[in-house]
Amino acid sequence: MTTSWQEIFDLGAREAVPAPRPEDENERRGVFARLRESLSKSRQALAEEISSSLFDRIDEETWERLEEALILADVGAPTTAEVVERLEQEVDSGAVPADGEAVRDRLIEILAEVASNGRRPIDLSAEPAVLLMVGVNGTGKTTTIGKIAWHLTRELGLSVVLAAADTYRAAAAEQLAEWAERAGAELIRSEEGGDPGAVAFDAIAAARAREADVVIVDTAGRLHTQGNLMEELAKVRRVIGKQMPDAPHETLISIDATTGQNGLRQARVFAEAVDVDGVVLTKLDGTAKGGIVLAIANELEIPVKLIGTGESLQDLRPFDPDDFARALLAE
Amino acid sequence: MFDQLSDRLQAALSEVRSRGRLSEGDVDAAMREIRLALLEADVNFKVVKSFTKTLKERCLGSDVLESLDPGQQVVKIVNEELTALMGGAGRDLAFASSGPTVILMAGLQGSGKTTACAKLARHLGESGKDVALAACDVYRPAAVEQLVTVGKRAGAHVYEQGTDADPVEIAAWALDRAREDGRDALIVDTAGRLHVDEDLMAELARIRKRTKPHDVLLVVDAMTGQDAVGVAESFSEAAEFDGVVMTKLDGDARGGAALSVKAVTGKPILFASTGEKLEAFERFHPDRMASRILGMGDVLSLIEKAEQQVDERQAEDLQKKLESDRFTLEDFLQQMKQVRKMGPLSGLIGMLPGMGAMKELKNAEVDEGELDRVEAIILSMTPLERANPAMIKGSRRKRIADGSGTKVQQVNQLVKQFDQMRKLMRQMVSGKMPDAQQLARMGGGAPRPKVRRR
Repeated sequence: MTTSWQEIFDLGAREAVPAPRPEDENERRGVFARLRESLSKSRQALAEEISSSLFDRIDEETWERLEEALILADVGAPTTAEVVERLEQEVDSGAVPADGEAVRDRLIEILAEVASNGRRPIDLSAEPAVLLMVGVNGTGKTTTIGKIAWHLTRELGLSVVLAAADTYRAAAAEQLAEWAERAGAELIRSEEGGDPGAVAFDAIAAARAREADVVIVDTAGRLHTQGNLMEELAKVRRVIGKQMPDAPHETLISIDATTGQNGLRQARVFAEAVDVDGVVLTKLDGTAKGGIVLAIANELEIPVKLIGTGESLQDLRPFDPDDFARALLAE
Repeated sequence: MFDQLSDRLQAALSEVRSRGRLSEGDVDAAMREIRLALLEADVNFKVVKSFTKTLKERCLGSDVLESLDPGQQVVKIVNEELTALMGGAGRDLAFASSGPTVILMAGLQGSGKTTACAKLARHLGESGKDVALAACDVYRPAAVEQLVTVGKRAGAHVYEQGTDADPVEIAAWALDRAREDGRDALIVDTAGRLHVDEDLMAELARIRKRTKPHDVLLVVDAMTGQDAVGVAESFSEAAEFDGVVMTKLDGDARGGAALSVKAVTGKPILFASTGEKLEAFERFHPDRMASRILGMGDVLSLIEKAEQQVDERQAEDLQKKLESDRFTLEDFLQQMKQVRKMGPLSGLIGMLPGMGAMKELKNAEVDEGELDRVEAIILSMTPLERANPAMIKGSRRKRIADGSGTKVQQVNQLVKQFDQMRKLMRQMVSGKMPDAQQLARMGGGAPRPKVRRR
C-alpha cells in the first residue's frame, strides 16, 4: 500500500480544493508515465546489482551477502549490523522460518519499521503554515521547494508564498523566482547579500496580509561544519518565531540520495540547530539508494517524508517505508 | 576533514605502535578496525576489501614482523598504501601548446560544478592566464546567471547565449570566440546530469567531440557514498574524464569517495575545493592527504599557503624587527591580517602535525569574532600607542575600549598578552625554544584565537 498525499500533509481545518486545470487529463497521464519511467529506471539498476538468489539458501553466507548489500546501499555499518543481527536472531530462534521467502518478507518488514521511526505528517494546519527548508549545498532545496509549491497550489488549491532567504548564492533568488512562476506562487525576495531573517519575516507578514495558506522559506545551502552559518540559520528560525509564535511549523532537511555516511552528521547537526521534523530524500532517480536515511531514522528518529525522483515539477512523492524497503533490496 | 578516519586509524594503530612485537592476531585486529573505519568513511565496499587484503599481506611480511619497531612499519605501510590508493604523486593539467586550453567540467547535479568552474578560473588566472568560461548549463533555472556572477568575481570572461541555444553549439561557439579573443584557457560548464540519463550523457559526449578538451574533469562531492564508483564508471564511458575535482572537502565528510574513484577508474584527483570562498581551491596532493588522514599533518600545504599569501619583503622586515626587538602592535596587526588571508583558521589547524590527536582542538572551531575584536582594539590605538603599548594607561585605555566597542579589561588583556608574546619571540629569535609552560601562558587570552568546543 502506497502512502498518499492526504496522509503526508496535515492540512488542519482546511479543505483541499484542486485548482481547475483544462490540461488536467494530459498532465495526469504524463505524471504516471514519468513515474513509471523513473521507477523502472532505478529498479532496473537495483536489480542488476543484487542477485535474486540472496535468500536461496539460509546460511552463514546469507548474512554476509545481506550486510554487503545494505552497506552498498549506504545504510552504514551500525544500522546494517543491527538489522542483520535482529533478523539472524529471529531465524535462529525459530520466530521466522528459515525459508527464503519468509526471511525476505521479514527483512522488508524490519527495514520498513526502521524507516518509519518517528513518522508524522507534514504539519500545514496553521494559518499560514510556515515551512522551513534547510540542507547542505547542492542537495536540492530550491528545486524541492518549487515542487512542493507546485503541488500545494495545483493539486490542493492552496495559496503559497515563497521566501527567497538564500541571499548568498549567486542567482539563487532568480532560480526560486522561476519555480514560483511555474507553481503560481508569490515570491518575496531581497537584494543579494540581504538579511535572510528579514526576508522570512517579510514573507510571513505578506502571507498574513494576503491570507495565504503556506509560506515556504528557502535558505542558503551550508555545510553543517560551518559554525557561523549554522548560527545564522538558528537566527533565521528565531526571527520566524518572532513574527509568528510556534512557527516554523515544519522544518525539512534535504538529503541527496547519493550522500554516504556524512548524511547522518548533516541531519544531526541541522537538527541541533533548527529542530528538523523530517527529511526530503532527493535525486532518487539515479542508482543511489539513499540508504543513509535508514540510519537517520534509526539513530535520530527523523523520518523521511518526501522523495524527489526527477527534474520536473511532478517528480515529488510522499515517502513510503514499504516501497523504500523493497527498493533497497531490488524487489 | 577526514577527522574520523584519521582518529580511527590512529586508534587502531596506536595499539600496534605501543608494542614491540606483532603477532598475526594483532595485525588482524588492526585490519578489522581499518576496515570499519574505511567503510564509515564511505570508501567503496569492494575497494575496502582489496585494500585491507593488500595491506595485510604487506604487514605480515617477515621484514615487518621481525623489524625492531613493527608498529611504526605498519603505520608507514598504511600511509604508503593510502597514498597509492588516492593516486600516487599528483598530476597537473594538460596545457595546449598553442591556442586556448579547453577544460570540460562534468558531474551530477549539486556536486558543485559551477562554483568549481569559477574557482578553477581564478586558480588559473592567478598564474597569469587569461581564462574564459562557457555557460552550457541551459537546463537548471538561473544557472547561466550564476556562472556570469561568479565568473565576474573570478575575473574571467563568460561566453553565454542564454538558455535557448543548444549546449553543444554554445560550447563550439564559445571555443571559436576564445580563439578569436586569444584566451589562454576555456572552461566549459555543463549541466548536472544523472549518469543513467542516456540523452544527457550523449549530449556530454557530443560536447566533448566538438570541443576536443585537453582535460575533462569530473566534479565529485566529497560527501558521496557507495554510489560514487558507479557514477564515475558511467561518466568514464560517456566523457572519458581525465581527472577528478573533489568538492566540499571543508565539511566533515570522510571523503571515502575520493579514495574509491581513483581506485576504481584509475583517474587521479587533481583539485580539491575546500570552502565557500573562491580562493578555497587547491591542487590535490595524495601523499599529503594520506599523511593528513593518519594525523601526521600536512606541513607542506601549510607552508605553500603561507608562501602564496605572505609578502616576502614584509617577512624579512619582520625578521629584522624581531631580532632588534622592535616588534610593535602595528606589526602584530599586519601579521594577523596575513595569517587570516590564508583562510579560516580552523582549516589551518588540521594541517598541523599532531593536532588531530589533541582533544581540545578536535571539533574545535576558531572564533573569528575574537580576532575581529583584537583587530578593532589595535585599530583604535594611535600609531604612537601601537609602537609603545606600555604607554597605554587610564584614559587611553578607556578611549581605546570605547573606540573599539570593547571593555577596558579586554584592552588590558591584549596589551598584557602582547607583552608576553614579545618576550617569547625574543627567546625564539635568540635561538632558545620557549618551554611548554611559557607557551601555555601565552595561550591564555586575547591574541590567541578562542577555541570553542562544539
